[in-house]
Parts: sequence; C-alpha cells; structure tokens
Amino acid sequence: MANNVDDSSDAQYTIKEGDCVVLKRGDVFKAAQIQKNRKVIFEKQWFFLDNAVGELYGTAFEVVSGGTLQPKKPKLTESITEVKEAGIDNRNIVDDGRSQKLTRDDIEALKGQGLKGQDIVQQLVENSSSFRDKTEFAQEKYIKKKKKKYENTVTILKPSTRILAQMYHGREPGKICHLRYDSLAQMLTLGNIHAGSKVIVFETCAGLVLGAVMERMGGQGSVIQMYPGGGPVRGATDSFGFPEHFLRTLHHFPLCHTHALLAGRLSLDAPEPDAPPLGRSLESGDTDPAPQGTEETEMERETEEREKRREDKAQERKMKNEEKRKRLSDAAALLQPRNADGLVIASRLHPCPVLLPLLQFMAPSRPFVVYSQYREPLIECYTKLREQGGAINLRLSETWLRHYQVLPNRTHPVLLMSGGGGYILSGTTVTANPPKPTPHRESRSPPQNPTPPDPRPTPHRVQRSPPPNGSN
Amino acid sequence: MSITEPESGGNIPVSPRSLLSSPMSFVEYAEFIQEGDVVIVFMGHDSMFPVKVQQGGQTQTRYGVIRHSTDLIGQRFGSKVTCSKGGWVYVLHPTPELWTLNLPHRTQILYTTDIANITMMLELKPGSVVCESGTGSGSLSHAILRTIAPSGHLYTVEFHQQRAEKAREEFHDHKAIGHAKAAMKKRGGRVCSFSPCIEQVQRTCAALAEQDFGEICTLEVLLRVFDVRAITLALPDLGEEDPLQADLETPSEGGAPATTNASASVICRTAMPPREMAGHTGYLTFATKSLV
Repeated sequence: MANNVDDSSDAQYTIKEGDCVVLKRGDVFKAAQIQKNRKVIFEKQWFFLDNAVGELYGTAFEVVSGGTLQPKKPKLTESITEVKEAGIDNRNIVDDGRSQKLTRDDIEALKGQGLKGQDIVQQLVENSSSFRDKTEFAQEKYIKKKKKKYENTVTILKPSTRILAQMYHGREPGKICHLRYDSLAQMLTLGNIHAGSKVIVFETCAGLVLGAVMERMGGQGSVIQMYPGGGPVRGATDSFGFPEHFLRTLHHFPLCHTHALLAGRLSLDAPEPDAPPLGRSLESGDTDPAPQGTEETEMERETEEREKRREDKAQERKMKNEEKRKRLSDAAALLQPRNADGLVIASRLHPCPVLLPLLQFMAPSRPFVVYSQYREPLIECYTKLREQGGAINLRLSETWLRHYQVLPNRTHPVLLMSGGGGYILSGTTVTANPPKPTPHRESRSPPQNPTPPDPRPTPHRVQRSPPPNGSN
Repeated sequence: MSITEPESGGNIPVSPRSLLSSPMSFVEYAEFIQEGDVVIVFMGHDSMFPVKVQQGGQTQTRYGVIRHSTDLIGQRFGSKVTCSKGGWVYVLHPTPELWTLNLPHRTQILYTTDIANITMMLELKPGSVVCESGTGSGSLSHAILRTIAPSGHLYTVEFHQQRAEKAREEFHDHKAIGHAKAAMKKRGGRVCSFSPCIEQVQRTCAALAEQDFGEICTLEVLLRVFDVRAITLALPDLGEEDPLQADLETPSEGGAPATTNASASVICRTAMPPREMAGHTGYLTFATKSLV
C-alpha cells in the first residue's frame, strides 16, 4: 500500500516546466513558476530557472555567472575554514573598520573572476586581522553572516501550506489579514478539514486559506468558495500548483446572492455582479483605426469582418455567460441541501453578517471556524450565536508562537517574536428545531444546561425560543 | 515522540498496528446515529463524554437516562436529546478534536493546539505516509488518520508499559533520529519531535544536524482561550458637575446610558483571559530530510 503511494508519486518529486515552485534562501521565500528563458528576481539577484527542470524538489542551486543555476552537491556545503585559533573574549576587538584588508573593489574583482560564494567567504576570513582574536562563537557568527551575504544559494521547494503560509506572513501579511501560520493550522484542525467533505470557504486572504483547505482535502469532496465583489481571488491558491482534478472540486458562489439562495428566490438568470461592459469598450477601440481605409470595397470588407468579429464575440460572451450560469447553479446545488460539513471564514470584512447566514448551509454537528485579525467582531459573533442558538461548543481563542535558537549552551527563545497571530472563534453546529414539548422539562435542568453560567440570564431563555432556522 | 514519513517497507523500528479497532468514524461524517457508533454526549464545555451506541443500551447522565434505542439510534447527529429527568443534552458526531478533549489522561497527551501545528508543519495531507512513535492514548493518531485518509498510511508504536520509561529514554535523541532517517523516503520528508524538556530538544537538534537534516526549527505554541462575557462596571459618583464642563464632556459617551444617578453602571462585552492557563506543553522541533 505504501508502495503504491511511493511509485505513483515519484514523478511529482521532480521539477518540471510549468510547475509552481517556491524559491528559498535562508528564511526568505518567493513563489515562482518554472518557465524557460524567464528572468526571476529574488533577493536582489536575477537568474533563470531553466536548469532546475529535471532536478528533484529540495535541491539547492548555486547561482553562477549569467544567472545560471547549478545544482549543489549536498556534501560539499560544509566546513569553511580550518582556522582553529580563537580568542577567549572580545577584549582585543576594536571596531575601527580596518580589520578587513579586502576592499569593496577587491571583493567585486573576486566575484568577477567567478569565485564562488564559499571561496569569497574564505578570502574574507583570511584577510580579516581580527578573525583569530574572535571567540569561537563570534567566528561562527561571522562566517554565518558573510555566508548569507556572499553565497548565492537558492533552494527550490514544492509549494505547501506550510511554506506559502510562512511566505505570505513574512512578505505580505497585509494580503492575508495578518493570519499567522499557526493560526491557519488551528483553523484547519478545528474545522476538521479532511478528504471527502463539503466545505464552505469565505476568505479575503489572497486565496491562501482556500488553498490550505484544498490541500487538506486532497482533491476529494467539494469546496465552495463564497466570494465578495466581482470574482473569486485565488492568487495564493494558484501558487499551490494543484493538479487539474483538484480544481474540479472547487466551486464558487457570489456572496451577494446568499440571502436570495437562503430565501429560495435565487434566479439563475440574474445578471452577474461583474457583468463587464468590456465587450463594448473593446469594439469601440476597434472602430477607431477603421476610417483609414480608402477604397470602398475594403471598407465594406472591413465592416463585414467587424460584423463577424462582433458576432463571434457575442457568441463567446454568450458561452461565457452560459458557463457562469452553470457554475452558479452547480454551486447553488451544493449549498441548497444545507448539509455542508465545514465552514471556514477568514476575512477583513465584519464576520458576523457572513457567519450567521452561512451557518444555515451547514449540517448539524459540524465544526466551523472564523478568523479575524481583531477580537471585537468575534465577541459579537459569539454573543449573537449564544442568543440565537444553533451552535454550541463556542470558543474564542488565540495562539502564541515562539521560536527558539537551539545551540549547545546557548539555547534561548529567539529575541523577536510575533506580537499576535489573530483570533479564532470555533464552534459546532446543532439542530435548531424547537424542543419537544415535554411537560416537566421547564422545571428541571435547563438552568444548568449546556450554556455555562453567564451573568445574564438571557441565553437560557433564548435556548427555548424557536430558532430562526426553522425546523429541518 | 517522533514522526516521520517513511519509505515503503523501510527499516522502521515499529510494527504496524491497527489503531481504530472500534468502528467509530473520524474519517467520514455520517448524518444519522446507528448502532455501533460512538457519539459524544455534550452537556457543556467541560462536560462531555463518548458513548458507544448499542441497541437496548442505557447511559446515565446527571439529567437522567439516555435510552439508546429510542433516544439515539436513528437520530440526527447534532440533535438535542431529552433525558429521562427532563434535562437535555446534544449528541455530537465524534471528531479527533472532541475525542482529544474526552481522553482519559493515562499518559501525557498531545492537545489540539500542538496537533494542529504538527499536522501543518509535517505537511500532512491525504495520502501521506506517517510513522509515529509513542502512541500514548492516541490523540495524535486519530488526528493524523483523519488528515491522511483515505489513501495514507500510519505506522504507530507504543512501548511495553513496564519498560516504557527506559525505552522512551533510549528511543529519543540520536538513535531515534537515525532510525527516522533510515525510515524516510529517499526523496526527503519531514520529521517532528515533541519534547517537554529543553535538554532533550538540544540533544534532538544536535542529532538532526549530525544526520544532515535541514530546516531545523524549534518552536512553542500556546493556546489562550478567552471567556466572553458581559461585565457590569459601576460608574463612580463624582458629584454634581459644573454645567459648563458637563456640556463639553457628555457628547463623548459611547452609547451606554451614563446617567448621573449614583447607582449607574455600564454593561460591556469583553473577552477575558483565563486566570490560569497551560504555560507549557512541549517544544516542537521540525526538520527536513535533505536529499542524499
């Protein structure tokens, strides 16, 4: 069994043209695509990815002259110098800017000679008058620093939630609502995202959360992306490089039709919110250069052609609209039975007006998670859910993440840490049907029932009132 | 405990073992409760327990008896069930997360917060092959199975009870890392070690470096759960205000009825951190097996 997994996946470990990959140097990541003759700029350096094709994912490459990538032999990356002399402390170290004998020009000249990063660092060490006086720790640190500066190593990785979530958090946290990767991890686990389920996703995190959900589902089940505005945003989702069959499980539904769908008055012929007047503007662009024609026949021919083009375009638009309508009805058909297994929300919009209606698309006894960069909107969600019922096991939480430097005798938390990774409200849906009229029910346990003691008596009263979902 | 992605038929120092002998399904949702299912009887955040559903079975709760045949079988998961004394409970579909909350704490167990990070940092997904050492009460195993199903594979091992401590000590550190490396795919894979003690972390990291693992990273994640509640703040009585000053200050009141009455108070919704919380579970060390 494990064999099959291995055999079939062998090819997927090799870098191919057209693959979505992630470039890595140190702790810096960048998403890219393998394309021939395409210059990539990463960490102030440009190179071509052509040579990566055919190599295994996880291979480290050295950037050599002309921006060519050269696979590094893993075993050759070790020990830099054999200097075994070291100072006891820093009493003899003076920062006068004169300890390095190589000038900037010298270093550039070395680079020009095609010296590799490792050799340049070696030169720097040999030409540093203070290196020998440094303590062993300081020497290590010096080499590490210089290596980082002069070694042109780039590792090519296969994209994953782990890598992309760290990449976005490090480079463009604003695009993903400052969702820290450990918070994303909580969402996927608390949401019980797994293969074969039906999950509703609403996010404004560039498609990162959507991609993470899809990765966990492995192309099995269905994902319905609710989108605000003109169309679904999937920049980060594309960076995952999912195979074609994953995309067949992905559907989208415009958020602005949510209430219509819930009320059963969704018209599939309704114009799309983004129905672009694009066609017309393009055509008017076409007409501009037309009057240049002098001969009548040519004019006529041109008009004919234009007519035909217009027809083609209209046909194309019609097909596109047809496809859109089909996609809308497909997504609606998935939502309508109100039996979704999961709901994941992570957006910069106020979560409350989104959460309450979307919960109605879920089956009972299923988990949901809502992320917000801020705590207050989630407090509001919590309060509303307690009032209206239909959800239990509510929990508002945040996680705290700290990285460690682990070295012999120098193990300690890393000096800087993230101040906050956002907040998560999680819960479980339950049937919202009115409780059976048991005669002696009122007098007994309800006051001590599922809702933990709260200073206000309202929740208990509300638990008994008929819920808005009606009975299913 | 360490987790690796082993190569098929690799030299793994553990024996495969079927963890889920009971038919409870963490992997596939069901709509209705059937005989043989495990349901979570939910009475409140700190009050829930698993029940195995049996025709004719009965479960005592503080709200009275739940009769399986009539109250559970055929009911929808997520329904409200009224017990014999008139109180009600919810019956929920089990998930690895609810399961973890309900585990008997025989051994040190991994909680959902750490499990979530392990799952993501190991890049687990449907089809992953995972090797787990130190099954314990299986909280992590269930979560892994949920994620790697239906095509993945989990090998998990627990040590003999009496020798557990010693064996555990031996298994950790460099030997375990060596085994892990041998078990992993040639193409690489990820490894995780969870240890509560920093000395062990140091030994693990040293061993990982020695075995040429890359991307070695140690981190710690803590969960803070807030108590959302309405609090009442009494307003202080500062006596009569100067009429001119009062004009300047009153427009800034934030919706709350701030009368000058001596007994006035304001209600606000807030989220309070717990008085006490888990300040440490364990350090998570991750690494990538580099290409050979």
